[in-house]
Amino acid sequence: MKRIVLSCVLALFSLAAGAVIETYQFDTPLQQQRYHAFIEELRCPKCQNQNLSGSDSAISKDLRRQLHSMIMEGKSDIEITQYMVARYGDFILYRPRFSSQTAVLWLMPLGLLALGLLVWWRMASSRKRVQLSADEVLSQRDQERLRALLDDDAERAEERS
Amino acid sequence: MQRLKLFLPLLVFVLLAAVFFGVERRVMTGDYAPTDLPSALIDKPLPDFVEPALSDGRPINKSQIVGELFLLNVWATWCPTCHFEHPFLLKLAAEGIKIVSIDYKDEAEAAKRWLAEKGDPYSLTLFDEDGSLGLDLGVTGAPETYLVDAAGMVRFRYQGALEQKIWDKEFAPRIAELNAQGSTP
Repeated sequence: MKRIVLSCVLALFSLAAGAVIETYQFDTPLQQQRYHAFIEELRCPKCQNQNLSGSDSAISKDLRRQLHSMIMEGKSDIEITQYMVARYGDFILYRPRFSSQTAVLWLMPLGLLALGLLVWWRMASSRKRVQLSADEVLSQRDQERLRALLDDDAERAEERS
Repeated sequence: MQRLKLFLPLLVFVLLAAVFFGVERRVMTGDYAPTDLPSALIDKPLPDFVEPALSDGRPINKSQIVGELFLLNVWATWCPTCHFEHPFLLKLAAEGIKIVSIDYKDEAEAAKRWLAEKGDPYSLTLFDEDGSLGLDLGVTGAPETYLVDAAGMVRFRYQGALEQKIWDKEFAPRIAELNAQGSTP
């Protein structure tokens, strides 16, 4: 019983499996690792938002085959990336390289973080200013005015009673 | 001033709405397609290749097709949009536009039958059975059409079916410009 429950619970946590149908043979586990890293990181050029491992389109199949043969030929990761970018542009990289075109993409989060910190800092400092002014000791003139007002009140109270 | 600050979220909303509405309009009118991928080959030379001709299988290399401005059309018999595009290509060919084509990941017999039945607008058809030339060109599907100038440089790539409207808007001005440059070097 325990086992059944456990396996049901585990099934809830199963990770999404890639939809790749073909199986490729590799000489070493490292080659296989590189292949899987690449199909996760490269984007299907025909699809709107899928990587090569998740896409069943013809072009993704071709690119996977090409990737496999390049890995088997002993091409380095940089050579493979260059090959893909030369044909499909930066679009194919899920992690686009930093360039004038992608600067906004990379710098925007930092910019927004800086903006957020600025707003937070300004809000915090203005709150502190309000507290400070409330705690401030009254000036000589203010104190005289306060005393006058209080005396006034006291006299009026006496008159009424 | 403090009051005006309250309208800030509204202002942001209006700005964003204007941007999204603008983009959506451009998608509707066909000015902008989010699925279009800029070709990595623009203003770069056509990649070298050797591919068999569809008609007789003789090997063709790049130098045999480069020399004057031409269109490089990627098609296949399995591609429904290519059926739609075909009559317009025949019209272009009749107007004297040189069109070289790539029969992309197709079956030779079906492709030959297609050209025999529907007419052949191509001065030459390369048979790219395994899609290797397509890969070198950065083809993502069919149909696609590349504009290659006399020097063998790729100047423009269009993804989708050619038709008169697209021809007038995208191709004709570019060809006129390239021809003007070519005549006054």
